[in-house]
Amino acid sequence: MSEHDVTAPAADESARVEQVAKAGETSRGGLLSGATGRNLGLVIALVAICAFGVITAGERFASIDNVLTILRLASVLGVISIGMTFVITGGGIDLSVGSVIGLASVWASTLATQTMAEDLHWTIMVLCALGVGIGAGLINGVLIAYGKVVAFIATLAMLVSARGLAEIIARRQTQIVRVDPFLDFFRSSPLGVPMLVWIFVLVSVAGWVLLNRTTFGRRTIAVGGNPEAARLAGIKVKRHTMYLYALCGLTAGIGGVMMLGRTTAGSSTNGQLYELDAIAAVVVGGTLLIGGRGTIVGTFLGVLIFTTLSNVFTQNNLSISAQAIAKGVIIVVAVLLQQRIAERSRAGT
Amino acid sequence: MVNEDPPLLQMRGIVKQFPGARALDGVDLEIRAGEVHCLLGQNGAGKSTLIKVLAGAHQPTEGEILLDGQPVTITHPVAGLKLGIATMYQELDVVDGLSVAENIYLGHELATGGFSQRRAATASTRALLKRLGHGDMSPHREVGRLSAAGKQIVSMARALSHDARVIVMDEPSAVLDAEEVTNLFRVVRELTASGVAVVYISHRLDEIRQIGDRITVLKDGRTVATGLPVADTPTAELIKLMTGRNVEYAIPPRDTIAPDAPTVLTVDGLALRGAFSDVSFEVRAGEVVGLAGLVGSGRTEILETVFGARKATAGTVQVGDRRLRAGSVSDAVTAGIGLCPEERKSQGLILDEPVYRNITLSTFARNATASFLDEGAERKVAREQIHALDVRPSDPDRSARTLSGGNQQKVLLARWLVHGCRVLLLDEPTRGVDVGARAEIYGLIADLAAQGAAVVVVSSDIPEVIGLSDRVLVVSEGRVVHDGPASGIDEHRVLDLVMEGSAA
Repeated sequence: MSEHDVTAPAADESARVEQVAKAGETSRGGLLSGATGRNLGLVIALVAICAFGVITAGERFASIDNVLTILRLASVLGVISIGMTFVITGGGIDLSVGSVIGLASVWASTLATQTMAEDLHWTIMVLCALGVGIGAGLINGVLIAYGKVVAFIATLAMLVSARGLAEIIARRQTQIVRVDPFLDFFRSSPLGVPMLVWIFVLVSVAGWVLLNRTTFGRRTIAVGGNPEAARLAGIKVKRHTMYLYALCGLTAGIGGVMMLGRTTAGSSTNGQLYELDAIAAVVVGGTLLIGGRGTIVGTFLGVLIFTTLSNVFTQNNLSISAQAIAKGVIIVVAVLLQQRIAERSRAGT
Repeated sequence: MVNEDPPLLQMRGIVKQFPGARALDGVDLEIRAGEVHCLLGQNGAGKSTLIKVLAGAHQPTEGEILLDGQPVTITHPVAGLKLGIATMYQELDVVDGLSVAENIYLGHELATGGFSQRRAATASTRALLKRLGHGDMSPHREVGRLSAAGKQIVSMARALSHDARVIVMDEPSAVLDAEEVTNLFRVVRELTASGVAVVYISHRLDEIRQIGDRITVLKDGRTVATGLPVADTPTAELIKLMTGRNVEYAIPPRDTIAPDAPTVLTVDGLALRGAFSDVSFEVRAGEVVGLAGLVGSGRTEILETVFGARKATAGTVQVGDRRLRAGSVSDAVTAGIGLCPEERKSQGLILDEPVYRNITLSTFARNATASFLDEGAERKVAREQIHALDVRPSDPDRSARTLSGGNQQKVLLARWLVHGCRVLLLDEPTRGVDVGARAEIYGLIADLAAQGAAVVVVSSDIPEVIGLSDRVLVVSEGRVVHDGPASGIDEHRVLDLVMEGSAA
């Protein structure tokens, strides 16, 4: 019992590295809510990468076409990273999103190429992919919240098994979707901006509103920040945790549809390793891996940083391997910088 | 076993200041070779902090530590071990996946050029285990497969492997059954016979009677008595030293509650296996009921079970006419019960979130329109509470982490005030709260009752419980041993009841 001395937690808590009051005080409710300084750092990093691109690749990099290409390539990763931001802010992790993209796209393309009759509307296909995503997320959520399986393990199991199921459904074949209204929708560019980019932006805005402006977002932060306090305040922590994984699954389903639209191919290999890129983007964006603090703007910028970097490398004919090294360095540098900022702001309060 | 040599270890005027709280405020301790020195005190008295200072896990803000009369600085736990001070923490710090021998020599492996000398380690482990009377324990056994008592032996053997002269045991008996405790005592006696000093922490006074030589009592971070010989100090005296208080109680007088006040909370036959059984009581609107008893008597568990944070194994809880679902906090909150938990930081607050969001944690959804938060309204509500309760600093956007204990407690009270609770459960509401804020919290509790809330207070501070309450329930060993008006009971009577309960 003596371990319960009132002062002991105070000391133990100090071991936790985090950003405190100051950032939260300076900006109340703006678009860059709670993390203006950190987001500024991300913008600077993005600008630096762009400057490097302009210097090394000039017109090829700085053209509108190339910028739209970057955004198009960022879109699928971006959408699942928004879902991942919620799960991580809520104190969890989801390793299964990449596999769920594969499963959702294969399921939907199988429906389109084999079972779907001419008279069925293409939105059925889309709803199928979204349903698969939500279903996989719900399984994760139920296992984690009610089955008390560690999130890492539950979603690792989903990573493996969703990919397996996708292979069985696809019989290891790539299925080309030839549903014209569907493909036309994804080929369209309202106001000159590709549909994929619109979806990315819409999901990001919706994610931002959801996290910062709704009771759902408040619960997410509470559950991630201190699940016991949230529970004792009357918040249904288990149910909310389940919702978070379902939401993340939904974004993976959307990602699956987008990938179908972009590549026209439903393949069981779709989305491989996307979970790692998404986690990297979220963490570089400034969301705390231990939960309790999340930033959609940061995630958005994190996704753009990684995608732009890979574009710059491609423009300069540098290998994928070199890109991977650069990504690794960025992750480490970003996290080191965040810790410094967090320590400084702690000292300032 | 007590001898008259100069003390082996002395701590003088130890002060430890944490941000927002003074954990130790002048502690003196003197330990002689070969004695069992018992450290007594309520939760929050500073025992944990003191042993962490002694182990080198915390640095004292002021004061000095002398070993053999020489001042020493214990900069980190390894330095403490080198000086011969070993600590067995309550949650034993053994590595489950390693063997007994590997655990004992963890951090100071017997090795030549990086290759571990398994045979030597095994041999010396056998010798250590034999010295502790456990020669039958295999040095190769995986520690995760040992019982709590076995792990304790490993932890003790590790201390001896460092040639410890002082071994601090933090509630070593808490996880043991009666037979294992007897064995533990035998080992402790063998240790002291060989000149090792043991600092023994326990809440069980009967154990201290059996094993202890001298006693030091801590309260509110200070030494209130030191070097008391176990043999001639009555138990009542010890309990009084731990729980009594000399400062004047600024508890505001309250009107007696109306005889026709409706019953708000009805607890009937409530039980939680292994913690308490057959607890029944009623609380009327405007009434304050206090639960008195020693640490570990089941008080906290009773509150948490009423609140649904633990699932009752029997019995019912009713608010008004509504019977609550067992084990459902959200049902309890919806019915209008609020709990201010004992562990404010780990159970009450989201430390890095602003104060206003901590205040509205139970009610933010109420201010929302179609799930969209109204942070303006939340801040307004929070500001009103901050003003009414005089939370300092008064900035609603400051993170809860930066507030002092008393102000954090006010934030929790504010949360339930905003919620408009009919029943408020307060677990140690003044723990870690300075005297000034304490008086304010007493005032708030009185106000709440005056507004018609039913309040249940748990406190280790017996005069506080009696002073605050209309009715006092005395809890001992998981049973309610007394239920009567606060006016008809005093501190001594409570202590007698507690002791009768433990003796039974």
